[in-house]
Amino acid sequence: MSWRGPDVPPQSQGQPLDAVLAALTALGALLLLTTGAAVLSGALDARAAGSRGTGLTRPFDEAARLLRQRRRRLVSADRLLWRVGTIGLLLVPVLMVAVVPVGSRAALPLDVGVLWFNAMDVLVWACVWLAGWGANSTYSLIGGYRFLAQALAYALPLMFSLIAPATGARSLDLPTIVAAQQGVWFLAWMPVAFATYCVAVLGFSVWGPLSPALGADLVGGVVAEVSGVDRLLMLAARYGLLAAGSLFAVPVFLGGSSGPLLPGEAWMLLKAAAVLAVLVWARRKIPVVRPDLFMEVGWLVLLPAALVQVLVVAVISVWRS
Amino acid sequence: MLVAIAFLALGVVAALAGAAVFTVSSMARATYALALSFVAVGLQVVMLSQNFVGVMILLMMMMEMAVMAVFMVMFMGMNPALMPMSMVHGKRASLGTAGSVCAAMVLGIVLTPWPARRGAPPPELTAAIGRELLESKMLAMATISPVMVATIVGGVALALRRTRYDRYGDDLERPADDPQPGGVGR
Amino acid sequence: MTLQTALVIAAALFSIGLYGAISQQVVVMVMMGLELMVNGVMLAVAALWWFLAPHPSGQVLLLVVIAAMTVEMGMGFAVATVLHRERRVDMTDSATDLSR
Repeated sequence: MSWRGPDVPPQSQGQPLDAVLAALTALGALLLLTTGAAVLSGALDARAAGSRGTGLTRPFDEAARLLRQRRRRLVSADRLLWRVGTIGLLLVPVLMVAVVPVGSRAALPLDVGVLWFNAMDVLVWACVWLAGWGANSTYSLIGGYRFLAQALAYALPLMFSLIAPATGARSLDLPTIVAAQQGVWFLAWMPVAFATYCVAVLGFSVWGPLSPALGADLVGGVVAEVSGVDRLLMLAARYGLLAAGSLFAVPVFLGGSSGPLLPGEAWMLLKAAAVLAVLVWARRKIPVVRPDLFMEVGWLVLLPAALVQVLVVAVISVWRS
Repeated sequence: MLVAIAFLALGVVAALAGAAVFTVSSMARATYALALSFVAVGLQVVMLSQNFVGVMILLMMMMEMAVMAVFMVMFMGMNPALMPMSMVHGKRASLGTAGSVCAAMVLGIVLTPWPARRGAPPPELTAAIGRELLESKMLAMATISPVMVATIVGGVALALRRTRYDRYGDDLERPADDPQPGGVGR
Repeated sequence: MTLQTALVIAAALFSIGLYGAISQQVVVMVMMGLELMVNGVMLAVAALWWFLAPHPSGQVLLLVVIAAMTVEMGMGFAVATVLHRERRVDMTDSATDLSR
C-alpha cells in the first residue's frame, strides 16, 4: 500500500483517479464533521444562554459577519509570519485526514500514518505560536507561549497513546491497525490510551478545558488581534482539528469502517461524529485548566498512564503470539 | 520526471531557506526558515522511500524549532528587526572557508565514479528497519537510550537555578516552595 | 533524481551551515548553523543509502545522526541558559574560557 519511491513500477502506487477520489472522500468527511461540530457548538451555546432561537445557524451567521469584516492592521506586525500562522492552521486538519482510510483507501497511503499524525500535530505548535507572534501584540504573544507550554505537556501523552494501538497491531500503517481490530476494538483493551488521546485532541484543537491560549482573560489570546477572514479561518481550523482528531480515532481505536448494514464510509462518519460530539460538549462541562497546572498533570499523570498502557498492551501482545 | 523535478525543487527550497536563516532580520523568521529547510529535507527523505526516518525528521525538527524560537526570543536581548545590526565576526574568512569547502565537496561529488547499487530495498521497508533496530542493531539503540537520558539529566542539572535545598529547605523536609506550584499538589 | 543531485544539495546545506557556525556571534545562531550542517549530513546519508546500498541496517546510521543532533540541541540550550544567567551575555566572544 505504501508509496514505494521512484524505481518502483507505477501500478503498485494505485491509479491516480483512486487517489483523487480518496482525497475528495476524506475532505468531504472532514467538511461535514467540521460543520457539524460548529453547529452543535452553536446550539449548545444558544441553549446555555437561554436565547430564543435554536442557535443552529450561529456558525453561518458568524462566518457571514467575519467575511464582511475588514482586516485589522497593526503597527510593525510581522505580516508574513502572521498570515502563515493564521492561514496555515487550516491546512493541518486536511493533512491529518490525508492518511486516514475513510473509504477503501487513504488519499496519501503512507505506511507510517500514526507517525504522520504526530508530525502534523507539531505543525499546530508552529502555526499557533506564529499567529501569536506575528501580531506584535502582548496578549497574542502570551497566548502563543501558553499554547507551547500546554503543547509540551500533551505531546508525549499523545505519542504514547498512539504507540499503544501501533504496538497492538505491530504496525504504524492505518489499514493494518484497522485489520488488527477484526475481533475486538482497541478501545476495549486500551481505554487509558483512548482517554489520553482525547485529552490531547482537546489540547491541539485549543478547545474547552485546554483553551487558555485563547482565553477570555487574555481578551482572546492568540486570536485577540485576528479579524475578518483570518479569524474565520482560525476558528474554523479549531473545529477542523477537533474533527480530524475524532476521524483519526476511528481507525486507531474504534475498528475503522467495520459495522453492520451501512457502508463503511457511513460507519466511519458515525463513529467520528460520536467522539466529536462528546469533545464539543466537554467545553461547556469542564472548566479551563491553567497551562502551568496542566503541565504537571501531563507529565506526572497522563504520561505515566499512557506508558503503563503501552506496557500492558506489549505484554498482552507477547502473551497472545 | 515529475518526481525528479519535485525533488530538485525541494532541494532548492531547503538551500534557500538555509541561506535565509543568516540573512533575515528577525529571530522568529530565522528560526522558521530553518524549520522550512528541515521540512524540505524531511520530504526529500520520504521521496527517497525512507518514510519512517523522513516523517521522523519532520516531527522532531518542527518540534525543535518551535522550542528554539522561544529560546531565540529569550536570549537575544535586543530585537534585530528594530535595530538592524551585523552580529557576525570574521565574515570574509567564514565566507571563504564555507565557499571553498562547498567547492571541494561539489568537485568530489562530480568527479567520484560512484559505484552501482548493491542489493535492493526490502519490500516492507519500515517493518524491516524496525526488525533491524530491535534485533541485530539492538546495541546501537541500547547505547542511544542512556546517552539521551544522560542528556536530559545533564541539561536539567546545568539549566536549573534552584536546587532541591531551595525547594525543600535545608533538611529537605518542608513542603516544596516553588514560585509556580504544579497541578498535582506536590 | 540522481545521487549527484542529492549530494550537491546536501553539500550546499552543509556549507551554508558551516558559514553560520563560524561567523555568527550569538550562541543560538551558532547552534542553528550546526543544525543546518547536520541537515545536510542527513540528506547525504539518506541519498547514499538509497542509491548505493539500500539494506535496512544502513538506516541505523541515520537514526544515530538524528540522536546526535538532539543531544547537541539539549546540551546547547542548557549551556546557553547557564551562560545567560551567569554573565547576561549571548555572544560566543564572551565565552572564550576554553580557548586560552
